[in-house]
Amino acid sequence: MTDAAASLDTDDPRAGRTALGHPLEELIACPSCDALYVAQMPPVGGRAVCDRCHTVLISPKRKAGMRIIALTVAVLILVVSAMFFPFLDIHRLGLGNSASILDAATAFETGPMALLGLATAAVIVVVPLVRMLLILYVLTPVVFDRPPARHARRAFRWSQELKPWSMAEIFAIGCAVALVKVADLAQIGFGPAFWMFSVLVVIVLFNDNYLCTWSVWKSLERPRE
Amino acid sequence: MVGMEVSGTSARVTAREAGLVACRACARVWPAETERCGRCGARLVSRDTASLQKVWAWWIAGLVCYIPANLYPMLVTETLVQSSSNTIVGGAVEIAHHGAYGIAAIILIASVLIPVGKFMAIAFLAISARRGSHVPPTRRQHVYEIVEFIGRWSMIDVFVVAILSALVQLSSVASITPGPAALTFALSVVFTMLSAQSFDSRLIWDRARKNRRDDTQ
Repeated sequence: MTDAAASLDTDDPRAGRTALGHPLEELIACPSCDALYVAQMPPVGGRAVCDRCHTVLISPKRKAGMRIIALTVAVLILVVSAMFFPFLDIHRLGLGNSASILDAATAFETGPMALLGLATAAVIVVVPLVRMLLILYVLTPVVFDRPPARHARRAFRWSQELKPWSMAEIFAIGCAVALVKVADLAQIGFGPAFWMFSVLVVIVLFNDNYLCTWSVWKSLERPRE
Repeated sequence: MVGMEVSGTSARVTAREAGLVACRACARVWPAETERCGRCGARLVSRDTASLQKVWAWWIAGLVCYIPANLYPMLVTETLVQSSSNTIVGGAVEIAHHGAYGIAAIILIASVLIPVGKFMAIAFLAISARRGSHVPPTRRQHVYEIVEFIGRWSMIDVFVVAILSALVQLSSVASITPGPAALTFALSVVFTMLSAQSFDSRLIWDRARKNRRDDTQ
């Protein structure tokens, strides 16, 4: 490594490539600060962290693929079934009502508000579902030691780009806030879908923790047959 | 443990300085002229030069939407005795009058403090990326990560309105309908999220390196 440092002092802009003495596919650049490293897989359970900005670069986990697939299937089942069960129910003066996720999304019904309804449905149901399906599509062949699926790389990139727009867990917390807000207006109870979404919040957190994107990208480099 | 470093802590090399361009989607590096990442297909830019313009464009759009979000009612509540429409701040004040200071504080923090703080944080990052700053880059990177993390959680207000409007429909006894502010608030959240996403965080570190190099000369 000392050799590499010495030769980098030259002004040749290309020095990096030759000086590193490593083919490009063995390098990793921190997406946050552009620091360049030679990628080395840390031991399973360990983490490779950018020592300039502390972004986690590589974090392989034991049996991560299988666990992610299991958790992703669980999320799929929870989101789909939570759509049809009531989320919260309300009672006052003998009158009652209950709302499911679909009711919440269609609550904005008039004019421009309908757009908001569509957007709500998208971020709490459609985007999480699409993301889970994409992850399953990408990871299943890899975990079972098959060549990557067709367009798997693009699918995985999309699943990562959709991540900030997947807001199922925020919706779950929103329910708790809504409950507090109308507590003095009427009696409110939790429906089955609320508990499903509570479980979902925990699973989503675990799932993101298991997913090491660098490991997945490495495994997708294997050519299709 | 850190992967073996290319050249030691003192003279760390960025992909750009090594004549390479890094893919921000999958962290792979390519020769500088490459246009698309051969691994994940993402578009490659060594530094997003239009980044700050996009940040400001979304930032202004977000701010423009945030103003009516505070002026118009978020929720219209009708009960047997009264009909009331509340703005974000108005609703919090009313809850405080009922004595629930804790909940009022939560609403104010989530709907006023966090959005305003986010506008200020993004503006600070964008200005300091161009002009430099005495705030160390590590600190600014933290600010950026917090803004990115917290941005989506502002949607909670919109979801609360959606849930309440769907749920509280007890004919004449009590009903809640969304006000126009729900739409503009949601737009404001989306625009600030896009503003934060457009920011190329590598600019924080470039500027810091340049300053340090100027100092040593």
